[in-house]
Amino acid sequence: MDPSRQEGARSKKRGAQWLGWAILGIALSALPFILEKGFSPYYLFLVIKVLIWALFAVSFNLVLGYGGMMSLGHAAFFGIGAYTCSLLLVKTSCPVFLAILAGPFAAALAGMVAAFFSVRVQGAFYFATITIAFSQLAYTVAFKWRSLTLGDDGIQGIPVPALISTEATYINMYFFALAVTVLCIYIVWRIVKSPYGLLLRALKEDSVRATFIGMRGDRYRFIAFTISALFAGVAGVLYAFLETSVAPDILSWTSSGEVILMSVLGGMTLFLGPAVGAAIMILLSSLVTAYMKYWLFTVGTILILIVLFCPKGVGGFVFDRYRSRAKGA
Amino acid sequence: MPFSDSIIFAQFVSGLSRAMILFIMASGLTLVFGVMRVINFAHGSFYMVGAYLAYTVTQMLAGPIGFWAAFIIVPILTCILGGVVEVVLLRRIYEKEHLLQMLLTFGLVFVFSDAVRMIWGVELRMVSLPPYMAGSVNLLGHQFPAYHLFILGLGVAIALAMWLLLNRTNFGKLVRGAAEHREMVGLLGYPANRLFTIVFMMATFLVGLAGAAIAPAVRISLGMDTDIIAECFTVAIIGGLGNVWGALLGALIAGMFYSFGILVLPKYAMAFIFILGGIVIVLRPNGLLGKTSQAKV
Repeated sequence: MDPSRQEGARSKKRGAQWLGWAILGIALSALPFILEKGFSPYYLFLVIKVLIWALFAVSFNLVLGYGGMMSLGHAAFFGIGAYTCSLLLVKTSCPVFLAILAGPFAAALAGMVAAFFSVRVQGAFYFATITIAFSQLAYTVAFKWRSLTLGDDGIQGIPVPALISTEATYINMYFFALAVTVLCIYIVWRIVKSPYGLLLRALKEDSVRATFIGMRGDRYRFIAFTISALFAGVAGVLYAFLETSVAPDILSWTSSGEVILMSVLGGMTLFLGPAVGAAIMILLSSLVTAYMKYWLFTVGTILILIVLFCPKGVGGFVFDRYRSRAKGA
Repeated sequence: MPFSDSIIFAQFVSGLSRAMILFIMASGLTLVFGVMRVINFAHGSFYMVGAYLAYTVTQMLAGPIGFWAAFIIVPILTCILGGVVEVVLLRRIYEKEHLLQMLLTFGLVFVFSDAVRMIWGVELRMVSLPPYMAGSVNLLGHQFPAYHLFILGLGVAIALAMWLLLNRTNFGKLVRGAAEHREMVGLLGYPANRLFTIVFMMATFLVGLAGAAIAPAVRISLGMDTDIIAECFTVAIIGGLGNVWGALLGALIAGMFYSFGILVLPKYAMAFIFILGGIVIVLRPNGLLGKTSQAKV
């Protein structure tokens, strides 16, 4: 193939790409109106939930899939983000934008504390234990410090500004969540593709070699963990805005387990795999909980089956198929 | 001192009995890790199942007979359940990476927690003590709850039995050998799979015993599994993972921190042990009695 034709093919491809993005943009803008007017606001609610959990799962996967760290307590950061923002809005006259920023900031600080203890240890088990202990601590505080967090009653009626979300419609919330999620996922994408992201993966693949070329493994892991906690906090703030209430449940180990399952189900080796997993899980949960009450049983069974038969996740499976077909053709 | 002697003594004994429950659990956990290099998050789930089974046994056999029967029947049942889990699920993933092993046992935690809800429902369950266990015993001029002393005795008996098993039998040699050098078991002509099954069943036997022992002392509820598991792991880490005597030391420390912590900050007594765990990890990453070579998992 001569260079000019190659160039032409490339610009054609680029044009097609732009067209694809434009169609996607229009579809995403039209989606809330179609769903809310044509079907039911509940579907739009589910879509926003998918966005929020997709952000949470993608940021979590920075730790699990890219950093190789098995954090069993990531819901703590999601919950700390949600609680910080809600408490500031309910109990103080803090400006909204400050409350929004305070959530992720608090989550990142908590992430630093957890990372300080956890990244220095060798071994997945120790890491998992420290993170699970940390999240149990956070859960205990949310549950028992009634004067601050209202205990298991949770915080109700969070005053969300009308610009972000109104009671009449989810459309504002949709665009706010979409903008925040897309922006944050894009930032995580840039981090993953940066030299730092590549080094993080090198560290995961072979930590001994990575250390030999002069990498300070604990420092890299610390940064990844903190960034991940920060974006988990962003997702937590979105969650508080969507639900207008928070309860200690969101910090519990079951939430941590759900986000793990999303990542593993979607495929932790793919950047957007966890987002796919989040979509599957949210839609599945709305189906399952409508027909039966044993949601955890379903979650656990899927997790076990995935581990045994499809460890790359649904996304990884499809991706491999696609790739091998592309190679064959 | 703001607290009287008798309170201090009472807390001491209650801390010891709590330590014994933790020891029985953590020793099983650490044994499984030492030999199989598998991290079993479902350990706490077996404990919860054990407590609920003890409730069922005491419902079926009323009076003191049920109480004693639970101590025999429950560990056997959890042991069988453990055997099934090992053969059907765990065996498939020994060769895979640790991440997947942890995910599998984490999935089991979910399955067990809903299975218990299906079978026993959400109500709190109670197991009553025989009359001679419910009272208190006079010792050194102080009153102690008799059941605490019973658990204490049970823990000491388990520790002794464990020591004899590990140090005085061929099986114990094999277990210790496997913990040092896993491949050697196969090279010596002993099927590693069989050893793994036995060790896992031993651990689930112990954890069933702990569940049966705790049943009369608490309100049996959903969530017992995760309440204990973080504490149990912290105990194993403080002592040094893979080391049974480390588990004993860690359990004693945790028990004491809890029972005296509750005098100072009743709501957050649990937090002390986690904070201590954090300090130990920073200062001695392999635990108080752990060897350096064992932490690479």
